[in-house]
Amino acid sequence: MSMELDVFVGNTTIIDEEVYQLWLDGHSVSDAVRMRLESDALSECEASGEVLHSDTMDQYRTFQMCERLLHCPSKLANQLLFQIPAHRQAMLIERYYEFDHTFAREVLGKKLSKGTKKDLDDISLKTGVALKSCRRQFDNFKRVFKVVEELKGPLVENVQHHFLLSDSLARDYAAVVFFANSRFETGKRKLQYLSFQDFAFCAGQLISYWTVGAVDNMMEDMDVDLEKEFLHDLKDLKVLVNDKDMLDQHKSLVCYQLKGKIKAFSEMEANFKNLSRALINIASKLTNTKDVRDLFIDLVEKFIEPCRSDKWTVGDLTLFLTHYTSTAHTLEMFRFQILWERYMGVIKSCILKMYHD
Amino acid sequence: MPGKLKAKIVAGRHLPVMDRASDLTDAFVEVKFGNTTFKTDVYPKSLNPQWNSEWFKFEVDDEDLQDEPLQITVLDHDTYSANDAIGKVYIDIDPLLSSEAATVISGWFPIYDTIHGIRGEINVLVKVELFNDLNRFRQSSCGVKFFCTTSIPRCYRAVMVHGFVEELVVNEDPEYQWIDRIRTPRASNEARQRLISLMSGELQRKIGLKVLEMGGNAVVGYLQCFDLEGESGLVVRAIGTACTLDKLSNTYTPATAINPCNSSPSKDIKEAGFGEEAPGVPLSSGPPTPLRAQTFSSFSPSKSYSRQSSSSDTELSLTPKTGMGSGGSAGKEAGPLKALLRQQTQTALEQREFPFFTLTSFPPGFLLHVGGVVSARSVKLLDRIHNPDEPETRDAWWEEIRQEIKSHAKALGCHAVVGYSESTSICEEVCILSASGTAAILSSRFMQDSALDTEHRLSRQQASVFTSGAEKGEGDMGSTASLGFEDLMSPGCAFCHIPYDELNMPFPAQLTYCHCCRRYKVPDVLFTTIDLPTEANVTGKGCLIQARLCRTKKKAQGEGNATAISNLLPFLEYELHTQLMNKLKLRSMNALFGLRIQISVGENMLLGLASATGVYLTALPSPGGIQIAGKTPSDITYEQHISNMQKKINDTIAKNKELYEINPPDLVEEVIGSPIPEPRQRSRLFRSHSESSDEVSELDLSHGKKDAFVLEIDDTDAVEDIHSLLTDAPTPPGFYSCNTEIMPGIYNWTSALQMFTSVRVFRLSNVNLTNQGLNKVFNDLCENLLKSLYFKLRSMVPCCLCHVNFTVAVPEDELIQVAVTAVAMSFDKDQTQENGRQSIDKNLMKAITENEDQLQFPLELSAESSSNPLNSAKGLSEVSGPLPSARAPSVDYSSFTDRCSSWIEQLRLKAHTIRCGSIKTMSSLEKASPLPEGRSRSLRSNRSYAGSSVTVVKMTPLSFIPGTKIIKYLGIINMFFIRETTSLREEGGVSGFLHSFIAEVFAMVRAHVAALGGNAVVSYNMKECVFMENPNKNQAQCLINVSGDAVIFVRESELEATPPQPHSASAQTSSSGEGT
Repeated sequence: MSMELDVFVGNTTIIDEEVYQLWLDGHSVSDAVRMRLESDALSECEASGEVLHSDTMDQYRTFQMCERLLHCPSKLANQLLFQIPAHRQAMLIERYYEFDHTFAREVLGKKLSKGTKKDLDDISLKTGVALKSCRRQFDNFKRVFKVVEELKGPLVENVQHHFLLSDSLARDYAAVVFFANSRFETGKRKLQYLSFQDFAFCAGQLISYWTVGAVDNMMEDMDVDLEKEFLHDLKDLKVLVNDKDMLDQHKSLVCYQLKGKIKAFSEMEANFKNLSRALINIASKLTNTKDVRDLFIDLVEKFIEPCRSDKWTVGDLTLFLTHYTSTAHTLEMFRFQILWERYMGVIKSCILKMYHD
Repeated sequence: MPGKLKAKIVAGRHLPVMDRASDLTDAFVEVKFGNTTFKTDVYPKSLNPQWNSEWFKFEVDDEDLQDEPLQITVLDHDTYSANDAIGKVYIDIDPLLSSEAATVISGWFPIYDTIHGIRGEINVLVKVELFNDLNRFRQSSCGVKFFCTTSIPRCYRAVMVHGFVEELVVNEDPEYQWIDRIRTPRASNEARQRLISLMSGELQRKIGLKVLEMGGNAVVGYLQCFDLEGESGLVVRAIGTACTLDKLSNTYTPATAINPCNSSPSKDIKEAGFGEEAPGVPLSSGPPTPLRAQTFSSFSPSKSYSRQSSSSDTELSLTPKTGMGSGGSAGKEAGPLKALLRQQTQTALEQREFPFFTLTSFPPGFLLHVGGVVSARSVKLLDRIHNPDEPETRDAWWEEIRQEIKSHAKALGCHAVVGYSESTSICEEVCILSASGTAAILSSRFMQDSALDTEHRLSRQQASVFTSGAEKGEGDMGSTASLGFEDLMSPGCAFCHIPYDELNMPFPAQLTYCHCCRRYKVPDVLFTTIDLPTEANVTGKGCLIQARLCRTKKKAQGEGNATAISNLLPFLEYELHTQLMNKLKLRSMNALFGLRIQISVGENMLLGLASATGVYLTALPSPGGIQIAGKTPSDITYEQHISNMQKKINDTIAKNKELYEINPPDLVEEVIGSPIPEPRQRSRLFRSHSESSDEVSELDLSHGKKDAFVLEIDDTDAVEDIHSLLTDAPTPPGFYSCNTEIMPGIYNWTSALQMFTSVRVFRLSNVNLTNQGLNKVFNDLCENLLKSLYFKLRSMVPCCLCHVNFTVAVPEDELIQVAVTAVAMSFDKDQTQENGRQSIDKNLMKAITENEDQLQFPLELSAESSSNPLNSAKGLSEVSGPLPSARAPSVDYSSFTDRCSSWIEQLRLKAHTIRCGSIKTMSSLEKASPLPEGRSRSLRSNRSYAGSSVTVVKMTPLSFIPGTKIIKYLGIINMFFIRETTSLREEGGVSGFLHSFIAEVFAMVRAHVAALGGNAVVSYNMKECVFMENPNKNQAQCLINVSGDAVIFVRESELEATPPQPHSASAQTSSSGEGT
């Protein structure tokens, strides 16, 4: 004796947000039923396992049928199959595209290809995110990437427009797309301490200041790639370390400004040349795709780690970078003010974001 | 050449990928009507083609326009092989043929394929130009309006109710034709869909012709059904009620004739009504046949109560002549007129072969008395229909059943049957035909022009007297009001008064004096198939009551099978009835409305499911409890067991009383639940079940001489009964349920609405099940289904499941299928805590005792009106002119206080129209009051979901949508779909398959409504859901037939332009609530 068939269809599609989350999290029906039984929220309904099972099955089926539409969110608004109020549609889409930052952290900078998809098992094990959910999130990344990759105009707006996501979620996707496109190295052991949010912030900075779109919104080029010309010009900054006079002058200016203001002054004074050289070297190498990819590992190895070993505080670092950037302007021989500002602005905020344990 | 049909194909979207190589589609469209086909150009390589075609014009007879659907096929062009079909759209153009319905069909339609489901959408424009038809012998019936709604549609006025129309057409089922062996499932499904579409068109046209012949212009309560008889063919049959309807152009005109009950009622209706009830008039013995001679004494105990009651006697006679002859004896002023009216009714009805009405609710004043449920069943052996043009056998079968129903009604002293419906259940070659309805006595007012006119005039007069009285001083006021009160006393209880002869009752029943008017006799229980009349006096709330039964049957063939079924039927019905009765008692209620008994036959079992809404009618006596008795005393444990059970039952009854708020006023003279032994069954259920109609209810339902509600526990059936009684889980808190249109006791609906369909199929294990085991399985299945529904809809609490419609079927040997369609409607909790009327009384008392600003008073009154939106809506329609606004200084407050005291008296006595009277005076106050802010607004605010490009289409099985006004009926929706799959597992198994199919059906209904320009479907009904599966072959097939009325509604809040608004009354409620 068994229930052969059991369906419930409402004229307005009923969506239980709690069950939706369970589905998105990749739980099986029986797991979901168990979890719902345990949750307190439903205890007042005196729902039996049977009732919950039936309800969960219905909901899961509905979600599966909706999934096809969610792949192209704009379709959800003008499809006829499900009558879903607009605010519920927005909720469905937003939740479907939300992702676990721990998962995103693992995939960040990797090629969104079949190869990576095969590694999802490991990522699932490592992050504790269910494989099903990993697959959905990975496919979302891939889908968004595929759509916006070739589009012109601002990346965040493109994501928002095509996938009807909230601003913050669209920004996160922009970061994922940006990292996947430039294939930044994020997997090295030394980078493990950085969270997705750290990288997403850096990506935001890079997108805002270093891409073509950053200079001219009207440009037909895309937001996804760093501006070649700019990277090429960065070579000119070498003068700051190659010209010994300039380097010394720069150092004395910075030291003058910081004296008595930072705790790690002596370490700074001793290390100034190394640190400056590190930052300028990173800049000058960015013409190389390989070195672009290594941007973050370079920043950590060449700059953040020395500072950290010298026990700089965040305040020290902030003051140092501020004055390191500003004093360069007062150097008489230095002609690349705009370039310098554009480079250091991003580097400064990235370093500050990345400078933590 | 009376018509030109024009169609234009605009665009497509979301088309499926048909060419794997390019991931695109080269789509074009074929537009076919009758035998003419047009094609659009191929729009290459696109999933969103823009055809923007020319207008394709079809010149056709209007007969074809009615029969044929417009058929649109979307195909993928293929240079080398045959073009692949993507899917089809059938568009019924009938709504375009009536001038009052839609004028154009324009919108996105889902492209449907019977194998793949919905595959993209297509935008189509359709128009019709009709030429005047001068042919008097025409075959078409364009312009006759059809409504599924089983009441007079909301924006119409019934001028005449002509009566019953029926028709059936038969054909061979394409699925069983030889060609089916060689064609694809798709071709076979499409042939079937098309054939049924054609047959429904033809049926509708033929019924339309009958209506025109009768002089009507509309069919209300149109019910069309399919019988898939398999080998022997396909029957499409329909019944309905022919009417002449008038569109209400201005809904605020004083329309006393429509709603006499809300205005002060016309005297003569009342008189007619009272006359018929003449309680103390003993009639002669003898069967209630039309030819019976009448003797009577002129003594009438009711004389002292009111002048109208000096009545004649003829009420029960079914012949017009007795009415005249006897009328003179007692009736003085009222007699002749009433008798005349009566006579007119009789003749009007007798002219008809079947005085049946498919309506379930009626214009006020139409339904006078209700006798009880009449039903008839017959078991038939199907044979091949040889000549489809002469479906004589099927016609004869139904004719037989209808005759039987008619004779049952006569036995109950009634001349008409209302809430009439017909159904079938087919298993192999055996078919059970069922018909049921409610025997009733109707007023002639809607059946004869002359009668209508006189009454119309009189009622107007009366109304004007009343209003003028209201504007005068206190003395006048009092008298007029009390007059009004007397007149109005009856609508709330009159329909309960027995229509049959007390001394010659057609069945054993216990009669008491009506608890409302104390003048006429009422039965102790009342079963009906109609909706609760809006004017009925009800105590507390109602609830859904179901009796469920499953009986095994030996497998048999042909005639043997038919005999076996015929033999089982009476027991099945008897037990269903007992269950209903017990469950009714358990809930401490005394009447059932919307009773629907479905009997479904399978190879090895019979299923019976009776659903109804139980209520406590104030007019009827309070039901006694249920007593359990054991037969073998002396055993202590056994007695203990019994007393335990008894305690449980008593507890349940007490709990239910509280739950449903049943606190009938204590009556001194009447001993409620008196220990007087009553016959056990006092049902009005009549039935007979046989192949011939002459065996009229030979089954004695009174079940010997046992005491009223004693259940003897020795009886295994009784054990079962008690078991099923006590296993019914109560509805969870915040939920109510009923299978009628409205729930008594709940008035303040919000607009939150959720229509749903739920289907379950249960597979029995192969062990041999006993009757009891089967029963439990079936009972659990229904109970669990209800539980699931409550759980799913928990977010809508407090809410009521209305129009809960269960259908059961036995699709295969060991399968039981249950399908439910219903609507969940939320209501405002705060006001339901108190019984509407009580709160009014309280408010009024407050207003007076506190002696506050007298302005309070009118507000309070309006609060009352809002507690019953239905009443107020009707009442408001009578407001004739602008009234002084609340801010106007000229309002005479002192007169209000005077009225207060007089009104309060009557309110306590539950006078209905006084309410309406008050609305009449106060409506403009409501409007002008600065108070309607706050909560009422927030109630309405959360319902609009803007931003979607798709029109939101509401669907409901009810005939109305709370908080809205239907401004236009766009035509009937009657759609039939088949879906088949050969990849069942891939589509998510049977559940996945059916889930998407039902969703698709909803989508297609909504799309059609939206294309007609509508935003809702009312009276939606899923009439058929036939599901077949073959999991071994990975196949399944399902047929669904749905119907409803496409309408345009507007929110009452959007109707600001017109002064008197029911919703403003509701605004008042909240504000006055805050004020006190």
